[in-house]
Amino acid sequence: MNAPLIIFFVLAAMCVLGAISLILQRHPIHSALSLIVVMVALAGLYLLMGAEFVAAVQIIVYGGAIMVLFVFVIMLLNAGVEERTNLSKLAGFAGIPLGVALMGFLAAAVARSQDMVQVATQTGTAAPTKALANLLFQDFVYPFELTSFLILIAILGAIVLAQRENA
Amino acid sequence: MSILNYLWIIPALPLLGSAVNGLFGSKWPNKIVNVVAVGSTGLSFLAALEAVREFTHLAPENIPWVKQYFTWIIAGDFRAGFDLQIDHLTVVMLLVVTGVGWLIHIYSTGYMAHEGGYYRFFSYLNLFMFFMLILVLAANYVLLFVGWEGVGLSSYLLIGFYFLRKSASDAGKKAFIVNRIGDFGFMLGMFLLFRTFGTLDFVPLFAKATPMPADAMGHLGMFTVACLLLFMGACGKSAQLPLYVWLPDAMEGPTPVSALIHAATMVTAGVYVVARSHILFTHAPTAMFVVAVVGCATAFFAATIGLVQTDIKRVLAYSTVSQLGYMFLACGVGAFSAGIFHLMTHAFFKALLFLAAGSVIHAIGGEQDMMRMGGLSKKIRWTYVTMLTATLAIAGFPPLAGFFSKDAILLSAYQSEHGGRILYAFGLLTALLTSFYMFRLIFLTFHGKPRYDEKKVHVHESPKSMLVPLMILAVLSIIGGWMAAPAFFGSPDYFAKFLEPVFAQTAGGAEAAEAAAQALEIPLAIVAVVSALLGFAVAFWLYLKQPGKPAQLAKSMSGVYNTLLHKYYVDEIYNAIIVNPLLWVSTSVLWQAVDVRAIDATVNGIAEGATDIGDGVRHTQSGNTRSYAVWVVIGALVIIAIIFWPYFRPATVGMVR
Amino acid sequence: MVPTHYYLILSAILFGLGVVAFMFRRNIITIFMSIELMLNAVNLAFVAFSRALNKLDGQVFVLFVIVVAAAEAAVGLGIIIVIARNRQSLNVERVDLLKL
Repeated sequence: MNAPLIIFFVLAAMCVLGAISLILQRHPIHSALSLIVVMVALAGLYLLMGAEFVAAVQIIVYGGAIMVLFVFVIMLLNAGVEERTNLSKLAGFAGIPLGVALMGFLAAAVARSQDMVQVATQTGTAAPTKALANLLFQDFVYPFELTSFLILIAILGAIVLAQRENA
Repeated sequence: MSILNYLWIIPALPLLGSAVNGLFGSKWPNKIVNVVAVGSTGLSFLAALEAVREFTHLAPENIPWVKQYFTWIIAGDFRAGFDLQIDHLTVVMLLVVTGVGWLIHIYSTGYMAHEGGYYRFFSYLNLFMFFMLILVLAANYVLLFVGWEGVGLSSYLLIGFYFLRKSASDAGKKAFIVNRIGDFGFMLGMFLLFRTFGTLDFVPLFAKATPMPADAMGHLGMFTVACLLLFMGACGKSAQLPLYVWLPDAMEGPTPVSALIHAATMVTAGVYVVARSHILFTHAPTAMFVVAVVGCATAFFAATIGLVQTDIKRVLAYSTVSQLGYMFLACGVGAFSAGIFHLMTHAFFKALLFLAAGSVIHAIGGEQDMMRMGGLSKKIRWTYVTMLTATLAIAGFPPLAGFFSKDAILLSAYQSEHGGRILYAFGLLTALLTSFYMFRLIFLTFHGKPRYDEKKVHVHESPKSMLVPLMILAVLSIIGGWMAAPAFFGSPDYFAKFLEPVFAQTAGGAEAAEAAAQALEIPLAIVAVVSALLGFAVAFWLYLKQPGKPAQLAKSMSGVYNTLLHKYYVDEIYNAIIVNPLLWVSTSVLWQAVDVRAIDATVNGIAEGATDIGDGVRHTQSGNTRSYAVWVVIGALVIIAIIFWPYFRPATVGMVR
Repeated sequence: MVPTHYYLILSAILFGLGVVAFMFRRNIITIFMSIELMLNAVNLAFVAFSRALNKLDGQVFVLFVIVVAAAEAAVGLGIIIVIARNRQSLNVERVDLLKL
């Protein structure tokens, strides 16, 4: 039992608890806050794995922008506690078993194939941001430029959607 | 232009008449329908006469004269063509069919003059002529069978002519169905013959059959089985036991139909087939014996029923069945030419009897029950005279036709080696009964006091169109037998001589018996005449001298009387044993169980299943987003499972490494 | 060192929880958040593999996923606002105009 493992388990527990809390909370704002907890924990896990740039981006973009957006929308729409309608019997009955089945499948697949993943020697060092940037702007420059288009379109879409209809 | 090359004209003319009348006749007045129908039949008769004339000039090696017109069926080595042939037997049948048929057509123009559906009647009648001519002219069993079935169809159409009457349509159905049962046997016989000989054409088939050894008596060889099957068909068509039940019911049809189809021509088709296949029959003594026994039994059985019937046409119907029995008896003992001779004379006097009965019925305004007739002899003289002639003929009084033909049959029966004496005894007894019931018919109808209401019914003689054929047939009934008369005086029997080239095979054995025959001929003839006179005397005594006696006798022997009156309850027995169980099976089993519950249920079940599946699947399209989400997850799970499946099996885990 | 498959199992669990939340919650925004959870689980798997294979391609992919998630969140929330305005309710079961 070494330090990385302990840290991993702590962060993993935070993730899972946060996710369960997301499911069980009644008010959406509490679900949003739980999600933030999950993301922070994930950022911690990224750091543990040595992906510092990704961890930073996770906190800044995911936690700082997207979740704030969620919170803003919840505030804007005055979302309250959910009503307890239950029009879909299927979701009621089949929901949990299916979720468990899914998780079980994937976990079992992973567990059984643990010998298959070829683990390269771990250097133990953090991934250099410079190398990441090189990769991004040399090998992946095309998708990178496309994502800028994507963001532009998203902005336009959001603006169009959120406009109030003028008479 | 030799008509022998154009034999197809003989059947084609009535077919043309039938088609023209059928298609256009509904708009035409009776006169034009007459011209078409009677004209086509008359022309056919003339063509037949011409064909016979040319036939007599043919050299012997051309006989039988076969003409192949077109190939109807070719399957492998088997060929069945539209082939027509003429030989001596065909000549006799041809002249009888066209001649008597033509006379009956003329008669019908008078009899049916006031009936509805006039054109339809003549269309069917011509159609019948066409099929019957095909039957007699056919040169192979297949074409013969076409004619065979066709006359059955025409018979059904004509028996059920008054189709609005339930009894008539039932009678038509009964005739057709009972015929069908016989036809089943006929077809099996044809199949067996084809399998044995590879062909169904008469000339090659008989040529192949002649040198083959005959089946032993009592042994069911190929010949015996084939002949018995063919005879089964003949029983159906010619109304022998046990398939005779349709003929009395067939009297529901108009009287000319009874005359033509059920006296002169169609019912004789069975006898014709047996005579045509005589080579096969002579190879099967068991079959011949069966034919003789069945014929004799039918003759006797039908005569007993005819003793007490009161409907004038029923008496004649049973008489027909009885006389057909005689013909089969003749064929069964090997006297084929005697059987055909009786066929010819019977055509004359039975057609005459039916037509005269029709004339009586017409005269008395539609009444058919003899118990309500009487005393008509002076009022309808010509009908009376001709009917009396026919009665004398059928009873076997010399020198009329029936005497010679019946005598020839009884003589051959007497000489037959298998139980000939018994056959002769029953034949003689039947002759007595025949004489009795025929004279009973005459006395009840024409003599005694009138038992009908004289004020209501105006008895009138029939028109010339009906009387002239009666007279012609009466003349034929008188002179028709004279061709065989020389047999009495030692010279050869002209009729048998005429048919000798056809029946040459059977004549061989008869030569030794000829001498014995000469000695027996006169005594047996005298016995026959005596029995005929006896029948006449008894009828005279019972119906003229002591009119109350028959009722008394009926009461005192009521058991026997009722059995005979109800035709031995044969129809009821058939109904109980065959018809009703079949109907029950059809209704309860085949209709309700199989059709409704199994087949319909399956088909409906499939449809309902599809509906139910649709009902079930419909719930996926609920419009509810959450359930859609669930379906998405289910789908994803399925795909993941499919992809990850190999990884879960223990064996592969080691392999992939 | 933490073995790779621990991360992968965690990723699977988070993904499953995201699916369960997706099926169970009725608030549209919460459902949307569960989608984000699923995306994060996938990101975790990517990074884990990136470390295991000692290549940086996984992390580049994570960046792209985050970008796409951001764009998707923006547009999605915009749609949610429009729906909420029209239906006066944030209950996904009220959004049933798909039904025939």
